[in-house]
Amino acid sequence: MPSRARVVHVRDADDVVGEVLGAGPRGVLARGAGRTYGDAAQNGGGTVLDLAGLASIEVCDDGDVIAGGGALLADVVPAVLARGRFLPVTPGTRYVTVGGAIAADVHGKNHHVDGSFGQHLRWIDLVTADGSVRRLSRDGDPDDVRLLDATAGGMGLTGVVLAARFGTIPSPSPYVRVDTCRVDGLDDLMARMVEDDVAHRYSVAWVDGMAKGARLGRGVLTVADHAEAGASQRRDGTPSAGLPRLSMPPVPVSPLNRVSLGAFNEAYFRKAPREKLGGIEGLAPFFYPLDVVGRWNRLYGPGGFLQYQFAVPDSGGEVVRRSLEALAGIGAPSFLSVLKRFGPGNTASPLSFPIEGWTLAVDVPTRVDGLAGVLDELDGLVLEAGGRLYLAKDSRAVPATIAAGYPRLPEFQALVRELDPEHVFVSDQARRLSL
Amino acid sequence: MTDALDRPTSLLVLGGTSEIALATVRALASPALRRTVLAARPSAARDEAVEGLTTAGITGVEVVDFDAAVTDSHDALLSSVFAGGDVDVVLVAFGVLGDQAEFEDDPDLAVQAAQVNYVGGMSVCLRAARLLRDQGHGSLVVLSSVAGERARRSNFVYGSTKAGLDAVASGLADALHGSGAGVLVVRPGFVRTGMTAHLDPAPLSVTADDVADAVVTGLRRGSTVVYVPATMRVVMSGLRHLPRAVFRRLPI
Repeated sequence: MPSRARVVHVRDADDVVGEVLGAGPRGVLARGAGRTYGDAAQNGGGTVLDLAGLASIEVCDDGDVIAGGGALLADVVPAVLARGRFLPVTPGTRYVTVGGAIAADVHGKNHHVDGSFGQHLRWIDLVTADGSVRRLSRDGDPDDVRLLDATAGGMGLTGVVLAARFGTIPSPSPYVRVDTCRVDGLDDLMARMVEDDVAHRYSVAWVDGMAKGARLGRGVLTVADHAEAGASQRRDGTPSAGLPRLSMPPVPVSPLNRVSLGAFNEAYFRKAPREKLGGIEGLAPFFYPLDVVGRWNRLYGPGGFLQYQFAVPDSGGEVVRRSLEALAGIGAPSFLSVLKRFGPGNTASPLSFPIEGWTLAVDVPTRVDGLAGVLDELDGLVLEAGGRLYLAKDSRAVPATIAAGYPRLPEFQALVRELDPEHVFVSDQARRLSL
Repeated sequence: MTDALDRPTSLLVLGGTSEIALATVRALASPALRRTVLAARPSAARDEAVEGLTTAGITGVEVVDFDAAVTDSHDALLSSVFAGGDVDVVLVAFGVLGDQAEFEDDPDLAVQAAQVNYVGGMSVCLRAARLLRDQGHGSLVVLSSVAGERARRSNFVYGSTKAGLDAVASGLADALHGSGAGVLVVRPGFVRTGMTAHLDPAPLSVTADDVADAVVTGLRRGSTVVYVPATMRVVMSGLRHLPRAVFRRLPI
């Protein structure tokens, strides 16, 4: 059962400051679009600020975007595309807010080239625990930069992001040129990714999380770059919007099970071309394939699901195989297993997730026998390999796992203690993980 | 905060030496569990309970002194436990069974049983419910009994104390609806424990572990009431509707 909080729809900075100064014993937390998998945007018994009212978007002459903390990336995308630009970093759904993207320091398919979202920030306006509004600029004094960086990946615990200015990247057309290839096993897939990443801005692999034995880790690798000006998919040149066309109704029993998912994964794998070069795809279908089905989370039924995502350095690549084996071993059905290579991490941000190497994200329904034990074991492997879990996805880790994966957590906590000794900013996740 | 795999991180057991309670703690224990507070009177049994849980690999076991009958101490006790961190599950597990014949011989004993089972139970349930509501999450698990569903000749004093407690818990389940916190009323039949060792087991008798498993399942499903065994629900439904003349003659 989710926890209960008082939700306040704030309209401006004064509202936010008022709520922060008037915070009760259970504290305050900003919530973006609510797409976090776990309890990171919940604050049981306390106050949750809905920032949808702070959603202004302005595209500057130099291509930078100045947006409210509650602005949806879905609304930023068309605004920047009209200027031949695109988001510097985008996660797999555009239904996240700018504030949420900063709090989780989100990464995208271009991490190996462009890093994470926080690295593209010019400044943010942050409401801190004392109720002051601070503009933290990338070229400001060291204390400001330190707080700016801690806020990226800081899961909302440093304050409320009212607005941010961030850079964009050129996108001469609303399309990407995509190479797709189907790879039969994990070793080949990983070798291929190491090789192909260098030459492309975007790269990601879908992995058949249900395949076992010799087929374990078979997948479809897609690499892409922004298409040149004038590139077009349709005769009239209009890109596919990729907006939700279907919406999943609530169902009492999940239609996803080992049989249906096995069939889906088999079909998805077979449907992918063995090798197809230079295909043109709209940005939306490429970056946000899941956004086409509204409320797709309901597919997993009332029991719900969780996502397990870890990052390990290159030397820990074996953890990818062992994770897929362990999850296939308990028959955990998954249709969304994504493997990606990370470039160097955002070392300025103590709680930023990416580290150079591999990241695997797997969706699993929570009601799979033995899941808790397997994930606890995988935590151990991840830590042994020098890796960590992604806080934005976590809903079941223990404090020691997070502390071991984020050696700079004490530095983050010291900064928060200094700025917010009463822990005005707090979340269910922060309580669960002693952040 | 109970995690996505339904694993609580903190437990408070009122009646921390109860066999059923300790079985429930073991069943709810996982690497996610960090704090378990056993509230009971200082006793050898309490020391053994701590040792048993610690031996079972459960870390973070604490004790606090608690007397169910001393209701004016309950507020401070519960508040101090909650001040030490959120509590995901509060288990109300204390109770005395007593002896029906003795209760009838010495009504003072019956009053004492009511003061522990019902008055003490109501006191902690109401206070815990308020604290759970304030934190916006958590479960109150109340060990009731099928004995409270229809008074029986053989144990109606005990049954009446559980009937009262059950009514409080059931009412709180509705009062807490929408608060993020919930109530699970557990109605076991005959449980074979130290408390019942001197009695002949009734039909459909269960063990403390059976009750513990039912609590785990009930919490996972978000149930308001669980019977142990589950078939007891049907049995009790039948018994409730039996004509008194027939019910009185039943050997239960």
